[in-house]
Amino acid sequence: MSIKSRILMSVAAFALAGASPALAQTEIQWWHALTGANNDVVVKLSEDFNASQKDYKVVPVYKGSYPDTLNAGIAAFRAGQAPHILQVFEVGTGTMMSAKGAIKPVHEMMKEAGEKFDPAAYLPAISGYYSTAKGEMLSMPFNSSSMVMWYNKDAFKKAGLDPEKPPKTWPETFEAAKKLKAAGYDKCGVSNAWAPWANIEQFGAWHNIPLSTKVNGMAGADAVMNFNQSPLFLKHWTNLVELQKDKTYDYSGRTNNGEGRFTSGECPIFLTSSGFFGNVRANAKFDWANAAMPYYPEAAGAPQNSIIGGASLWVMGGKKPAEYKGVAKFFSFLSDVDRQVKLHTESGYLPITKAAYEKVKASGFYKDKPYLETPILELTNKPPTDNSKGLRYGSLVQIRDVWSEELESALNGQKTPKAALDAAVERGNQMLRQFERTAAR
Amino acid sequence: MQKNAYFKGLTIPFLLLLPQLAITIVFFYWPASQAVWQSFLLEDAFGTSTQFVWFENYQMLFADPGYLKAFINTAIFSTFVCVFSLSIALLFAVMADRQIRGAEIYKTLLIWPYAVAPAIAGVLWIFMFDPSLGMLARGLQSLGIPWNPRLNGNHAMLLVILAATWKQISYNFLFFLAGLQSIPKSVIEAAVIDGARPMRRFWTIVFPLLSPTTFFLLVVNIVYVFFDTFGIIDTVTGGGPSGATETLVYKVFSDGKGGSNLGGSAAQSVLLLIMVIGLTAVQFRFIERKVSY
Repeated sequence: MSIKSRILMSVAAFALAGASPALAQTEIQWWHALTGANNDVVVKLSEDFNASQKDYKVVPVYKGSYPDTLNAGIAAFRAGQAPHILQVFEVGTGTMMSAKGAIKPVHEMMKEAGEKFDPAAYLPAISGYYSTAKGEMLSMPFNSSSMVMWYNKDAFKKAGLDPEKPPKTWPETFEAAKKLKAAGYDKCGVSNAWAPWANIEQFGAWHNIPLSTKVNGMAGADAVMNFNQSPLFLKHWTNLVELQKDKTYDYSGRTNNGEGRFTSGECPIFLTSSGFFGNVRANAKFDWANAAMPYYPEAAGAPQNSIIGGASLWVMGGKKPAEYKGVAKFFSFLSDVDRQVKLHTESGYLPITKAAYEKVKASGFYKDKPYLETPILELTNKPPTDNSKGLRYGSLVQIRDVWSEELESALNGQKTPKAALDAAVERGNQMLRQFERTAAR
Repeated sequence: MQKNAYFKGLTIPFLLLLPQLAITIVFFYWPASQAVWQSFLLEDAFGTSTQFVWFENYQMLFADPGYLKAFINTAIFSTFVCVFSLSIALLFAVMADRQIRGAEIYKTLLIWPYAVAPAIAGVLWIFMFDPSLGMLARGLQSLGIPWNPRLNGNHAMLLVILAATWKQISYNFLFFLAGLQSIPKSVIEAAVIDGARPMRRFWTIVFPLLSPTTFFLLVVNIVYVFFDTFGIIDTVTGGGPSGATETLVYKVFSDGKGGSNLGGSAAQSVLLLIMVIGLTAVQFRFIERKVSY
């Protein structure tokens, strides 16, 4: 045998040896919407999983923003090309849940695949959002966050406020905002990003007020919104409208576009996602901290618990049992305590299991970084009630736009707060009724 | 001997037409017919349940005060954008057409913005006019003008009109300049000899001779404001505040893509298509008569 043919032989043998395990591997497509450091987390998780076993290979694919990823998943499903795992933001939960046949409920898949799965292991405030009214988990929580109140400690000192004692209630917050305004923060005392999330969804849960009948839509698509009947909603909206006039409160838009107002020092008190942490750490040139969202003391039982934001992993329907087995294995891998601990402490996402949270707490991690515990304390403040489990409305993306529109028309004086609240509920109900008809079958 | 300028028989003309027809059918008629079909359906996002509901999507649109508002917004938005972008571009073109030093640089600079994508153009304008981050917004505020497009609908509308106009000026400028340069110099010279002043020369000679260009641009600009501006609106205002800058095409985009309301969105796009066909027909029927080629 010549040297040449020997080389050829060994190359062929090498190629075969390399190829055969790959042939046996089942590929699992994972579409997600995370960029930058968070994208690295996704890639690292997939690589670790792939290295941990030989049968399955998770392939993460970045598909754009949250809405883009959801739309890509929908389009792919309609074309018969859906991925196995689709990351969907919390707003899309209603849309996913009602798509019977398009999704494979996680609890069902875990059972069929014979994976150990205990819904009680997950933080109830997180798993509750993605479960049916009966407590069946439909999707796998992945990256969760909640809304917290960020504040500028330097500004507090300047205004003669105690930076170690942030305001607890809304009246205290408005009082502090007035003092901050007097101390030179005259463009904006307090503000928030994600207007509907802050002033309707989180507000309802935190004060234990329902947004609609049927457990905020979780018990059925025939839910009817009724939060305009709560005097506390009207009081809050009236306060915001009143304080907008002299910018003690100043509106910062529907999305998180206005978050820069906090890091630039313009708004010393700012309510937004706990996920804002990375941005604050990188950009704020002042001493900062966060605290729980304010509440109205007259509300019975307030503060209740907050609801989550962020995204979860949905398993798409119509795949082979072998593939589901791989997805189930991957989900078990994700829920592993040490992996969750690492994910939480490195990325700032909330730990999704109780065990992971307890472990981080026991390690003393939060002593140095209390701001990472604030959202968890809010979420676990009290056991979730029917009003604070979460919400499940189809077309929620559109409904949020309508809510923002109505809040805006109250703030700019086109409507009274009462009229705006009524319209927000009425228009929301119209959308729910239309969605109900598509989801009924 | 006379050459035939046309083909005998039908085979070759049809063969030559075929690629064009195929492209038109695949990329226009097929999607358009899908939109019409979709507008009669009530469907969830995944297409797992579909009902045929006749004209219900249309009825809902006409019952929706937001749709009427979007219609009015579109009328205001498109009128201002067309008038501003055409008149400013004409002014620039007339100035660039003169024999001035550095005209080439001037022309190049004016054409550049056309290379900017609508969404990027929107972001540029938001950078300048965002009430808390924008340099120009701060300037306005320091002059005592309470500039706040986040809550003031008129400010928001003004901002999207400016951004959309700015984006379109280059395109119009290019065509106007080409039009001006094709006007025979001898005609103008004759007018000068007759003692006509610049303004009079412009309105009696140049402008009528430009009318084919102007008409073409009017049609193109209307199509632009109706269909091509949602990127700008999405990045600058997102349709807000309280729907003040939601135009018809933006509503199609946000209801269909963001809201997964496919039937309603399809009904809107069918109506939009009819409107633009109607507008174009009116333009060709009535305005084109005033055009002298």
